[in-house]
Amino acid sequence: MKRWHLIAPLVLFVLLAAFLWRGLRLDPRELPSPLVDKPAPAFSLTRLDDASRTIRRDDMLGKVWMLNVWASWCEACRTEHPTLVGFAKTGTVTIVGLNYKDTRPEGLGWLARFGDPYAMSLFDEKGRVGIDFGVYGVPETFVIDKQGVVRFKLIGPLTPELIATKIQPLLKSLGDA
Amino acid sequence: MRRLLIALIACLLAARVGANEAAPASADPALEARVMQIAAELRCLVCQNQTLADSNAGLALDLREQMRTMLREGADAAQVRRFMTDRYGDFVLYRPPLKATTLALWFGPLALLIGGIGVLWAVLRRRNRLGAEHFEPEVIDTTNEGVTT
Repeated sequence: MKRWHLIAPLVLFVLLAAFLWRGLRLDPRELPSPLVDKPAPAFSLTRLDDASRTIRRDDMLGKVWMLNVWASWCEACRTEHPTLVGFAKTGTVTIVGLNYKDTRPEGLGWLARFGDPYAMSLFDEKGRVGIDFGVYGVPETFVIDKQGVVRFKLIGPLTPELIATKIQPLLKSLGDA
Repeated sequence: MRRLLIALIACLLAARVGANEAAPASADPALEARVMQIAAELRCLVCQNQTLADSNAGLALDLREQMRTMLREGADAAQVRRFMTDRYGDFVLYRPPLKATTLALWFGPLALLIGGIGVLWAVLRRRNRLGAEHFEPEVIDTTNEGVTT
């Protein structure tokens, strides 16, 4: 009984410290997306480079693909871009861009300057499709499987580490499914 | 941390930009009041400590416009909230719903209070049962020293 009295404050302290320590590492901007494991929202958008060609969600059914939300005004997209260009060169997966709240000339100019890792970019001028995808901090990345279900969502820039530890294992497991 | 700082600056900038241009309010004041009433209970995801009603971040403007459209088409407040939680999760609600994952949030403080009262009660009861020899004898100060007036 006596000993318990001595240990209790220490236990409490360690517990509190553990919680606070964990809290330091959490990024409050990273929220669990309600979209993961749900069908990707339907969309119908024109291509950034060709306003006459419309792409719909169901056009993408049957293959695993990655949707990367970007904009020419987005600073963090610049940071992410070399990683994405490098990853596209490996040909692991089809990367589709969602050009979010941008203009065609500025979006195309940006791709011409920094490289184009996308099989195509979809032009979401008003950000309405972005809303359906729950976009709130560009860049964002989604992995969508053959059945059109969102399997992964990332808020913020992709890094080579994230590709190696999260994206590639996931793509491997989806590729055979 | 750096992302947080960037977000903060973005929020400040957005607020400044918003101050210069008139908010695209609809001509219908009743509709606008309903939008604001619902938006006041939704979190702006860009500036996490602001409501959708207060924020002038680009996304908040877009979402308010979306709410206007939905309300005009006859949606009710519950449908608008559902639209938001389907896309951004329960985090956008300032009043979290009561469900298995939020039980600790709702009842944690009450459990802590009851636990605290329990511990206090146990300690007091034990003390009450102890004889006088367990306590220091009361010293009656007769010297008047230490008394300040």
